[in-house]
Amino acid sequence: MYSKKVIERFENPKFVGEIKNPDAVGEVGNMKCGDVMKIYLKIEKGKIKNIKFKTYGCIAAISASDAMCELAKGKTLKQAEKITHEEIIEKMGGDVPQIKIHCSVLGTRALRKTIENYKNEKNK
Amino acid sequence: MLFKKIYLDNGATTQVDERVLEAMNSYFNKKFGNASSTHDFGRDAKNSLEDARKIIAKSIGAKSGEIYFTSGGTESNNFAIKGIAFANKGKGNHIITTKVEHKCVLNSCKWLEKQGFEVSYLDVDGEGFVDANDLENEIRKETILVSIIHGNNEIGAIQKLEELGKICRENKVYFHTDACQSYTKTGLEVNKQNLDLVTLNSHKIHGPKGVGALYIREGTKIEPWQHGGGQEKDFRSGTENISGIVGFAEAVKIAMDEKHVEQMNFLTKKLIKGVLKIQGTRLNGSMKERLCNNANFSFSKVEGEAIGGYLDQKGICSSTGSACSEMNLEPSYVLKAIGLSDEQANGSLRLTLSRFTTEKEIDYVLKVLPGIIKKLRRFSPL
Repeated sequence: MYSKKVIERFENPKFVGEIKNPDAVGEVGNMKCGDVMKIYLKIEKGKIKNIKFKTYGCIAAISASDAMCELAKGKTLKQAEKITHEEIIEKMGGDVPQIKIHCSVLGTRALRKTIENYKNEKNK
Repeated sequence: MLFKKIYLDNGATTQVDERVLEAMNSYFNKKFGNASSTHDFGRDAKNSLEDARKIIAKSIGAKSGEIYFTSGGTESNNFAIKGIAFANKGKGNHIITTKVEHKCVLNSCKWLEKQGFEVSYLDVDGEGFVDANDLENEIRKETILVSIIHGNNEIGAIQKLEELGKICRENKVYFHTDACQSYTKTGLEVNKQNLDLVTLNSHKIHGPKGVGALYIREGTKIEPWQHGGGQEKDFRSGTENISGIVGFAEAVKIAMDEKHVEQMNFLTKKLIKGVLKIQGTRLNGSMKERLCNNANFSFSKVEGEAIGGYLDQKGICSSTGSACSEMNLEPSYVLKAIGLSDEQANGSLRLTLSRFTTEKEIDYVLKVLPGIIKKLRRFSPL
C-alpha cells in the first residue's frame, strides 16, 4: 500500500519530538478519525528556526508530519503558511494512497494553526 | 524477502494446506468434468461432489442433503438471509441480528430494509456477547429469522448458540449462524445448537478461496437466490466448483483433528499473556469464550495501523480495527459495540493464528512488540 519512501520516513522521522520553551504550539485532528498532530516551533527573526512534531496516527500521518517539518524549517512564517498538501506529498515521494491524502492536508492545517497561535500570542 | 514472514492474519485468510492442493490437483485437467454431464467425466465429478458433501455434513452433524455448496461465506450469508426473508414474507417481515456481524450480514439486512423488511440489531455486552433475554424480548409474531455470528471475526467471542437457538426454536423462528471463523475451531452441531441455517467457508481453514457452503435444515422454507440451470436441487444454480469443493472437504477432514485446536489455544494464550505485560494494554473480547486462534488488543496512546506498519517491517502480518485502515475512516463498529472509546478502537491490533503458527514465531512477536509500542508512544502527543 505504501511506497518505500513513505515507510522510510515513518520508521525514522527526523523531526519527531518536542522543543523546550517553544515559541508556539499547535494541535489539530481528533480521536474519531484517529489522527492528532501537535507542532512545536522555535521562531527567530520571523523564520522557523526549529520545528518538531508529535503525531498520533497512521503511517501516512507520521510520514506527512515529518515531511511537513522538513519543508517548513528555515522558511519565513509567510512562506510556511503557503506550504500546500501537494508539496508535502511530493516531499513524501509523491506516491501516497488516495485515501491517505487527508493526512497531508492535516499537516498543512497543523502548521497554519501553530503559526496562527504564535501571531495571536504576539498580538495580545 | 530476507526472512520468512510471520503470518498472523489468519482471520483474513489462510494458506492452503499442501494436502489440500494435492487433493485438488487432478480436478483441473484430468477429472475436469461437469457434474451435470451423463458421461464418465460427469459421473466422476458427481461422485466427488457427493463425497465432499458427506464429509462436510458429518462435520456439523447434518445430513448430506442439507449441504448446499456456494462461492463462499458472503454468498452463503446473502442466500440465507435474503432467501429466508423472501420465502417467509407471508408470515412476517421482521429479522433480528446483532451489531457485531460481518458486513455481508449487516449489508444484506440493510438492503432488506429498503425492500420493506424491518431489522433489529441487538446490542452486545463488553465482551461481545448477546444476552439471551434481549433476544427473547425482541422476538415478535412477525419475526421470521434470527441471524447471529458464531465466532466473531474481530474479537473472537463465541456466542452461546445452544441457548440462543433454543429461544428461536421455542418461538418458531428460523435461526441462522455465520460460522466462517468458528468452523472446525469450536463445537458446531446443528441439532444440539438448534440451528436451521449455517454459513461455512473454506479459505479460513486452509482450503481454497471461492468455495463455501450453506447448511439448510430439511423442510426450511427458503427462496433460491441464484437462478439458472438448477444445480444444488435448484437452490443454487451454477456449475459446481468441483476442484474447490474437493479441496474444501479435504481441508475439513484435516482440520477436524482436535490437536490443532489445542495447539492454537496454547499459543494464543501465551501470546495474550505476554502482550498484556505491556503497560496500557487491554484484551478485547473474552478470555474464556474465545476462538482458539484470535487475539485482539488495544494499546493506549498509539494508533493501530502504525503498530501494524512497524510489525510489517519486522515481517509480521497483522490487522487493525483503526479508522485509518477502514475505507470509510471510521473505527471498527465491532469494537465500538463492545463499548471501546475512539482511542481504544483506533489503537487496536488483531493477531490471528493458524495451525501452522509456531511457538518461535509467537516468541518473536513478544520480543519485538514492546519496543514498537514504546517507540510509537514516544511519537504520540497524547
